[in-house]
Amino acid sequence: MKKKLLLGNEAVARGLYEAGTAVISSYPGTPSTEITEYAALYNDMYTEWAPNEKVALEVAIGASIAGKRAFSGMKHVGLNVAADPLYTVSYTGVNGGLVIGVADDPGMHSSQNEQDSRNHATGAKVPMLEPASSQECLDYVKLAFELSEQFDTPVLLRLSTRISHARSLVDTADRDERGTVAYEKDIQKYVMMPAMARPRHTAVEQRVVDMAKWAETADINTIEMHSVEIGVITSGISYQYAKEALGDGASYLKLGMVYPLPTELIREFASKVKKLYVIEELDDFIETHCKKIGVNVIGKDLFPLCGEYCQSLIREKILGVKTETMSLDVPLPPRPPVMCAGCPHRGVFYAFNRLGVYVSGDIGCYTLGSAAPLAAIDACICMGASVSGAHGVSKAVGKMNGKLPVAVIGDSTFIHSGVTGLINVAYNQAKTVTVILDNSITGMTGHQQNPTTGYTITGEPTAAVDLEALCQAVGIKNIAVTDPYDLPGTLETIKKAVEGDEASVVISRRPCALLKTVKHKAPLRVDNDKCTGCKVCLRIGCPATSMQAESGQNAKMHIDPNQCVGCGQCVSLCKFGAIIGGEDN
Amino acid sequence: MNNVKNILIVGVGGQGTLLASKLIGEVLVNAGYDVKVSEVHGMSQRGGSVVTYVRYGDAVASPLIDAGEADIILAFEALEAARYLPYLKKGGLIITADQRIDPMPVITGAMAYPGDLIGRLKAQDIRLVACDALSAANKAGNARAVNVVLIGILAKYMDFPAEAWEDAITAVVPERFRDVNLKAFALADTVAD
Repeated sequence: MKKKLLLGNEAVARGLYEAGTAVISSYPGTPSTEITEYAALYNDMYTEWAPNEKVALEVAIGASIAGKRAFSGMKHVGLNVAADPLYTVSYTGVNGGLVIGVADDPGMHSSQNEQDSRNHATGAKVPMLEPASSQECLDYVKLAFELSEQFDTPVLLRLSTRISHARSLVDTADRDERGTVAYEKDIQKYVMMPAMARPRHTAVEQRVVDMAKWAETADINTIEMHSVEIGVITSGISYQYAKEALGDGASYLKLGMVYPLPTELIREFASKVKKLYVIEELDDFIETHCKKIGVNVIGKDLFPLCGEYCQSLIREKILGVKTETMSLDVPLPPRPPVMCAGCPHRGVFYAFNRLGVYVSGDIGCYTLGSAAPLAAIDACICMGASVSGAHGVSKAVGKMNGKLPVAVIGDSTFIHSGVTGLINVAYNQAKTVTVILDNSITGMTGHQQNPTTGYTITGEPTAAVDLEALCQAVGIKNIAVTDPYDLPGTLETIKKAVEGDEASVVISRRPCALLKTVKHKAPLRVDNDKCTGCKVCLRIGCPATSMQAESGQNAKMHIDPNQCVGCGQCVSLCKFGAIIGGEDN
Repeated sequence: MNNVKNILIVGVGGQGTLLASKLIGEVLVNAGYDVKVSEVHGMSQRGGSVVTYVRYGDAVASPLIDAGEADIILAFEALEAARYLPYLKKGGLIITADQRIDPMPVITGAMAYPGDLIGRLKAQDIRLVACDALSAANKAGNARAVNVVLIGILAKYMDFPAEAWEDAITAVVPERFRDVNLKAFALADTVAD
């Protein structure tokens, strides 16, 4: 069969299919999202978006205990949310194989931190495989299930942005349709209370020893001998960078399993080369192991702990070779990501900006509301932290600038872990304003369905969470709904809430402008006779707007007809009535 | 790995750089090369500066193209072409749409959009093809087909027959957009200078 050019995540999904996986439950998060999206295209596997990663992993654990191969996929910070079940399913072990895919984001292309999920493997004492290409993504998924069942353990599959989001050639095979492993009631194994968990912990420690022994001779931990002048111990994408930079000028110990690590194999490799480097992005994980077993390596003394690596970094650090480059001697304005033209979040952040409120932010496209000119977020920590963070502000100082603190959170993030914070707000009577941006989709990760949208991952109609009823049920009395395209109305609603003296929820409801189901209006235009060039309309920060001339009194506002979707959020800002058009298409 | 060629595709999130890389990837795989394509998903897709890497040859290791390594830069916007100039090899080729899309620091007035970017680029030790890809895309029937117009120009600088590109378009593009895109590909002839 012809090789296919598959995205790493697509290859993971193919591996899940070929391994006979039966149940997949995940929460979207860049760079892991496409694993589950591609998996959902196969009819032979049950696939779902769960409300959060903890729920997702628990679903997969249930399926494993019931005797099926199961998978849960998430981004690195998602594994923190799922850490609770992870650390204990390590004790129970599995029935059907259980694999957890976790995608790190070195360089933070789309994340709030750069944590190294290998530390969770050590913490949970769960083996972790790390592929270096799309082919290995597919192969390692299958191997992970075999190891899971052989060693009675969940297995972590560690990916990173440049593995998940790179395409390379893959050989595919047929699905290995598997039956159900018989379930036998075994409370010593599956009910983790102290009396049962103690012997299970002993079993876990023995398993780590057994897996470390397996690692010594595993096919996925390989020595490639070329020049003995330089030796490199590496894994995953760092292996590819090292190969690119050093080629046959170095020998390699490529580790396909990063936890537990082999000891004798590393010593053997070290004895064959003159100068030994460990090349690994983020933490000094392999390096620490090497030093612990008495192998002297050069690692983070030379290479950074922060950010992504690349071939030129390795060339420079090891070979001292620098690349010459060309550049223009004129300042180039940066182009940070922005909310799209027509984004329904824009008006809400404009309102926050005008009201001068403290805004506790959250994770999603709307985190971009922190950037100029809206500049309307004060803090952003993790999924769900907006609601509880505003609660903390309320308990610490009450009002800020005479107004209640605001939490802003998207629909999917609210379901993920915002609702628990809101329960706390009601229960412990904090005075906050929670603004839920209900855009009918999970936006940032590229349009995934969620429990509020009324559709499953495969587009089947299903129950939809009624946000108003949910907020009411947890004990919030003041609930208002606003259409963010009605900018004056939205400003008024939020103003009333933040100037009040009670906990409230404002639901800003308008579908994401990028949804295919959304009908746009004709682009807006500027009446140049009326436009005074005052730039007030630019304060809303829409990428479709700009000044036509660079500077000077004659500059007029310009609306790019290729970007503008006629949302009209800028119209009410113009006192001169210069923004016209936006007719129904 | 000396025979590996590098194509950098740069633009503004939402301009359709991913489709361009998919089309190039399809042509290269069909031609029997080892290929790696590295894409950007997630936050930077929201109107930010985006870059996609396409590498091909006998055997490709890294999916990334580093500074000074690109043989060709395919740019969807002039400022982005300028931004990624340091990635081009000396004497390399930039194919760029002459379109200007203001980034937020320009919209807010914090910075100016640099003047005469095309002229400044031409003065470098590079080959430059600047074109009005947007007009050609509009002529084809959809402003979003800028990516395929640029692919049409790129095709002239690569060693594959037009049919190979047209087959890729047919294989990769959803059926309802196929005709517009084939037309956009053909219209590339009319805009390259």
